[in-house]
Amino acid sequence: MMKKCPVSALNTVLTALSGVAPLYLPVNGKGKDTRAKYTKYEDGMIYSTALNTVRSAKDFFFPQTENLVNFKVDGKNIEIIDPREEHEDFILFGVRACDYKSFDVLDRVFLSEPVDSYYASRRAHGIVFTMACTRPAETCFCTTFGIDPSEPQGDVSCYMTETDVYFDAKTEKGEVVLAKLGDLLADCEESTVNEQKELISSRMKALPLSSLSTEAFGGDKLDKLFDDPRWESLSESCLACGTCTYVCPTCQCYDIKDFDTGHGVCRFRCWDSCMYSEFTKMSAGQPRLTQMQRFRQRFMHKLVYYPANNDGLFSCVGCGRCLASCPISMNIVKVMKTLSEEAEDNGSK
Amino acid sequence: MQTVTRETLLDKASALLASGEVSRVLGWKKGEFAYDVTPAVFESAEEMEKDFVYDIFSGANFSKYLIKETAKEGKVLVFLKPCDSYSFNQLLTEHRFDREKVYAIGIPCDGMMDASTVKALAPEGLVSAERDGDNLVIHTLYDGDKILPYADNLPDRCRHCKSKKVVAYDEMLGENGDVVDSHRFDEVAELEAMSEDARFAFWQNELSRCIRCNACRDVCPACTCEKCVFDNPKSGVENKAISDSYEEKMFHIIRAFHVAGRCTDCGECSRVCPQNIPLHLLNRKFIYDIDRNYGDYMAGAEEGSRAPLVNYKTEDPEAADVLERGDK
Amino acid sequence: MQVNESNIVANEEFRPKIVAFCCNWCSYAGADLAGNNRLAYPADIKIIRVPCSCRVNPMFILRAFQRGADGVILCGCHPGDCHYTSGNYYTRRRMAMLFSMLNYLGIEKERTRVEWVSAAEGAKFAATMQDFAEKVKALGPNKRLEDLRCKQ
Repeated sequence: MMKKCPVSALNTVLTALSGVAPLYLPVNGKGKDTRAKYTKYEDGMIYSTALNTVRSAKDFFFPQTENLVNFKVDGKNIEIIDPREEHEDFILFGVRACDYKSFDVLDRVFLSEPVDSYYASRRAHGIVFTMACTRPAETCFCTTFGIDPSEPQGDVSCYMTETDVYFDAKTEKGEVVLAKLGDLLADCEESTVNEQKELISSRMKALPLSSLSTEAFGGDKLDKLFDDPRWESLSESCLACGTCTYVCPTCQCYDIKDFDTGHGVCRFRCWDSCMYSEFTKMSAGQPRLTQMQRFRQRFMHKLVYYPANNDGLFSCVGCGRCLASCPISMNIVKVMKTLSEEAEDNGSK
Repeated sequence: MQTVTRETLLDKASALLASGEVSRVLGWKKGEFAYDVTPAVFESAEEMEKDFVYDIFSGANFSKYLIKETAKEGKVLVFLKPCDSYSFNQLLTEHRFDREKVYAIGIPCDGMMDASTVKALAPEGLVSAERDGDNLVIHTLYDGDKILPYADNLPDRCRHCKSKKVVAYDEMLGENGDVVDSHRFDEVAELEAMSEDARFAFWQNELSRCIRCNACRDVCPACTCEKCVFDNPKSGVENKAISDSYEEKMFHIIRAFHVAGRCTDCGECSRVCPQNIPLHLLNRKFIYDIDRNYGDYMAGAEEGSRAPLVNYKTEDPEAADVLERGDK
Repeated sequence: MQVNESNIVANEEFRPKIVAFCCNWCSYAGADLAGNNRLAYPADIKIIRVPCSCRVNPMFILRAFQRGADGVILCGCHPGDCHYTSGNYYTRRRMAMLFSMLNYLGIEKERTRVEWVSAAEGAKFAATMQDFAEKVKALGPNKRLEDLRCKQ
């Protein structure tokens, strides 16, 4: 059963939700950067309706750094300390359809054998409220990857109109949480959001990137794409920074490093970026010596290698974060468009 | 108004390509939207005709790319805005590229927009933006058009422009400007006037957002080490992620210190930061301190000048005196 | 019992950890002289001998704070007396810039200091260290440039 509350009562609902479990939601930043970021809810905080948070929601399941184990050296003794704490349930509110889909991409990596218990524990405790995108941005292209922002998945999917917020429980977990809100939410017909869904669909179709196609990509396109000469020109102005990989909701590469504390070792895991010269360095050196190779790796991974291993699922969800933040504005859309042009070019030459 | 237009640059570049004077052109390539232009190398007039753009988003500093470009065969044409030309000189001072392999065209500039600045003005559904006289016109998907004064909405680096003078070029298009009174240290002075506690809180809030993507370092025309200390596993500080508040401060202090006295204050670090950290305020602190204690010095203003941190005077002030001044 | 109680009191009293970088030719010899003359200076001062004050990289200072120092002092020959002619002149500019930056980020300025101590100034060395240690002690533990991993 669909439930609703007036927009004016949203804060009361959020406060009640934060009583069920710690609640995280997008809130506009203070200081020099006023863009939205996920923040732990405290009374009076205002939910930001901004389309996307600067950093993606993957932080909650796969944080940028995570302590795995500590070693404490005392004389001839080494004490091994497991710093993990028991996770408690938490609620993520306002996750967009693209970010929600990114959890699926991450799950296939971390929850396949051998299961990553650190990630699995967080996933099991997360309750996700998604939010339909009433005002998709020009950088959105989730529909390219088969994501429908008018039908966001999750434990509870939400819709927001000028006057009301609608809640639709999709899983048992979601039902349980909504039940705890009691009278704060009123029942309503599922069809009440139909108009909203149609509006979103029509807006998605009108977006500048709506025609982007994945036709030229997929697990079977390795030979065709790997030696494409255009990787050189696409990557020539790449600065080799890690911005795209760190704002990406699906990038999942990490490194494990030891930090010498002076009295032992902190072994931690941190995000790594295929754009870095030290990425996957081994005793024999790096496998990818030039920036072109590293640049190619990122897009081949998203558009070819990942789908090859995961039933054709691309590891891009079209959230548009890299489009907005790349210092030189090179991004997956430009790569896809350029490489898709191949047939015409070959024909004319 | 931009007196030099896309057509002016295009004609000039085509002529130089045709005469064989240059074999490549470093320029801005158009993107999907108005604001996402990418630095690119063009090899023919046809390529340029198709994709070359020059507008209010052509802000990227090309000087650093010259290191890579001059290592190739033939001469490269580069367009230098005033701030780019300071970086250009600084790189020459440090012998980072071969001047003979560059044909530099100076272009005047009265401020460039960048994607994050315009997106902050129209956060939802920005279709395009252009300049119309003294106004910035922004077209949005859902809220119609917005018309704002251009000069008032420029990013910080352009609002506090230090110089409109192109200091290095083979040929100048349009009229060259002068060094201007920038007020660029006002914000630094404001911070200095705050209490230690307030300053600490300010920087904690800003620096804690750092995701250590290294974009500030990678874009910086003064950061040209073949192997950065932060990429070197043997340095002991090569940690790929911010894992502690010490790390984020250490990274930013050392980054700024390594370019102290060489930084031309082009503002690229703040432009590229995906977390909008005002990194230029760190660099400017060093420049301000250097100016006040060791005499005015503008990195890149003159080719071959000696940077203040590899120089000294016997009558330099003591560290304690410098600190007193910084904390009023 | 009494012994235990006094132990607890002693443990609670904050004793700052201080790193002193001393150049081999002047300041380290000055520290030596202080020792030979039986001049007392706090035992909390840990001296690291460097060939010249100019050898000290900004990273050394930060690293000292990271590893638990509450204050860092850098000592070298008096300007004009550098064993290598001009090393300390460079140091003076570098450290002035670095310490000014640390203070700009909100790190208390009393935690850092540059002092020139010659080989003949044993008394100055002891007095400087005494004074510096007191100032740092008054500030309390370094919280603003600490690395919690090193303190666990």
